[in-house]
Amino acid sequence: MSKKLIDAIADMKEQEALKLAKEMVEGGSDPAEILGAAREAMGIVGRRYEEGTYFLPELMLAGVMLNEIAEIVKPELAKSPDVKRHGKVLVGTVEGDIHDIGKDIVVFMLDVNGFDVLDLGVDVPPQKFVEAMKDFQPQVVGLSGFLTLAFDAMKDTVDAMKKAGLRDKVKIMIGGGQISDEIRTYTGADAYGKDAMAGVSLAKEWVGAK
Amino acid sequence: MGKEWGELSADEKQEALFQRWLSPKDPQGNDLGFQSPEAEKGYEERITRIKDAIQLKKSPDRVPALPLPSMFPAFYSGMTVEEVMYDYDKCYAAWKKFVLDFDPDGHMGCAGPGPGKFFEILDYKLYAWPGHGVSPQHSYQCLEGEYMKADEYDALIQDPSGFFSNVYLPRVFGALEPFQMLPLLPGILEMYGVAFNFIPYGLPPVQGALNALMEAGGEALKWVGAVGGFDGEMATLGYPNILAGFTKAPFDTIADTLRGTKGAMLDLYRRPEKLLEAMDAVTPLMIKMGVGAAMMNGKPLIFIPLHKGADGFLSDEQFKTFYWPTLRKVMMGLIEAGCVPFPVAEGGYNSRLEVIQDLPKGRTLWMFDQTDMARAKEVLGDTACILGNVPLDLLSVGTPEQVRDYVKKLIDAAGKGGGFILGNGAFFDDIKAENLKAMMEAGREYGAYR
Repeated sequence: MSKKLIDAIADMKEQEALKLAKEMVEGGSDPAEILGAAREAMGIVGRRYEEGTYFLPELMLAGVMLNEIAEIVKPELAKSPDVKRHGKVLVGTVEGDIHDIGKDIVVFMLDVNGFDVLDLGVDVPPQKFVEAMKDFQPQVVGLSGFLTLAFDAMKDTVDAMKKAGLRDKVKIMIGGGQISDEIRTYTGADAYGKDAMAGVSLAKEWVGAK
Repeated sequence: MGKEWGELSADEKQEALFQRWLSPKDPQGNDLGFQSPEAEKGYEERITRIKDAIQLKKSPDRVPALPLPSMFPAFYSGMTVEEVMYDYDKCYAAWKKFVLDFDPDGHMGCAGPGPGKFFEILDYKLYAWPGHGVSPQHSYQCLEGEYMKADEYDALIQDPSGFFSNVYLPRVFGALEPFQMLPLLPGILEMYGVAFNFIPYGLPPVQGALNALMEAGGEALKWVGAVGGFDGEMATLGYPNILAGFTKAPFDTIADTLRGTKGAMLDLYRRPEKLLEAMDAVTPLMIKMGVGAAMMNGKPLIFIPLHKGADGFLSDEQFKTFYWPTLRKVMMGLIEAGCVPFPVAEGGYNSRLEVIQDLPKGRTLWMFDQTDMARAKEVLGDTACILGNVPLDLLSVGTPEQVRDYVKKLIDAAGKGGGFILGNGAFFDDIKAENLKAMMEAGREYGAYR
């Protein structure tokens, strides 16, 4: 059953996946097994995205299916099974910029690659990053921005971390629209990622995950 | 000039539109008075340069250069985006200074910032703008959402204009929400019952919305009174506005501000037939929008900002099925009417070049951002003019020397034999002025065709 569910999700067969998940719940399957299958399918979706066979429509539909299946299972299980996590990544689109498509892809890919991700959303002021760093204690911070005006906002965010004495506790990666290695230098971040896959590689490298 | 417009071929129509552009009129319809003989000469030379680059019949005297800003003129004049959106005279002054200081081969007018007060009066929901969701120094940004619901495809497909006026308009302008109560117009076909249709106009909410509409109209008029003379004055100084108007790729029409990115991407799996039908339904409107603007403004270039078809958004197959067919139809509709489609492909278009090659020669101008310009020249060089692609990161934090170097390599790679216009890759806000100067100077220095 769970093999069929994994395939249905990974192959973007939404109706079939939902039907299978419902049948499994009704048939008394372990909710953890259903959610485990859904997560496994997300991993496949992530790999297909990396390979260049899946794109935005598939990532978005996969995210929706995962939520829908969690809804179906929810009455049976309060929270998803604990998976082993490589480390924590704090992510957000910097102040003044409200673009989220690229950031959401990075969050999705980090998540399916085994990171515990805290997404602060869009238009996040430097101070909010700093506070979240204190609470969440991430090893990696990802700053996203689409506009050229985000260059300064990223720099300000990195500066705020320095001021708070937290800069050396994390590795910072930046990405989005017009970001390049020149911008990385300008902002004082540790690295820039050309795409979501690069972001995952950086995070893995920094936390020492394989 | 013997033939009627309808009898002209697409070629002749394009030529006629270029000729109209080359013969500017003042608001009274007389020949425009230039401020100097040099300005008159400059006006003609600039348009001819762009025309030669686009038509691919011969190389221009040099590579034309078009720096195409977003809100840069405001920053360059030390103003905030909020100031130029609310003080129309300041907007005019900033954009004028930009054109005069950078001496481009054309500009895009100063309507970009738009009238801030107007958006306020109508309680515009589709975008955040300074003071309304973003800070004074930031440009306006689209608020993603499902402004058309998933179950409204049939309403759009059956009657696109009715959908825009009775559903979409009241949804994106908060002050016009009561217009949801207005009737569909086929109800006025007969005397019997016709008065029922007008009852909503007697109700206080609709009357309030009508008042807001009149107030907004007044504000738009005030704005155009302040900025409307810009193109005329720039023309008298020798600088043509390159744009006649704009339209959109049907996929973006749905995926930008109707269904939103997520809505449209899910529809691609959940209701692909409806999505395709809806794009077919809006295609004629997109053509009409562009052609109408070209006829009214008497010039050929129609701006088409492209968004959701870039590298990484859709697979090749999805691009070929969902994005390109209706975009091509819109472009062909424009081309047949004598227009020059000016698609602006922000992001990368590296995986799309072979597909978009399928257009008649000398009729389009593609602006590229993170696309390999040497490859673009190789693939599209025989059919289309390409514009771009000095990167914004370079213009923002690079040095003038680096910019000059980039421009030299760019012209070597993409400038051969004409068919190339030098420009930035994407529309820019706060970049270094000296870098833009360097881009323009390097264009002059390395761009001569001798």
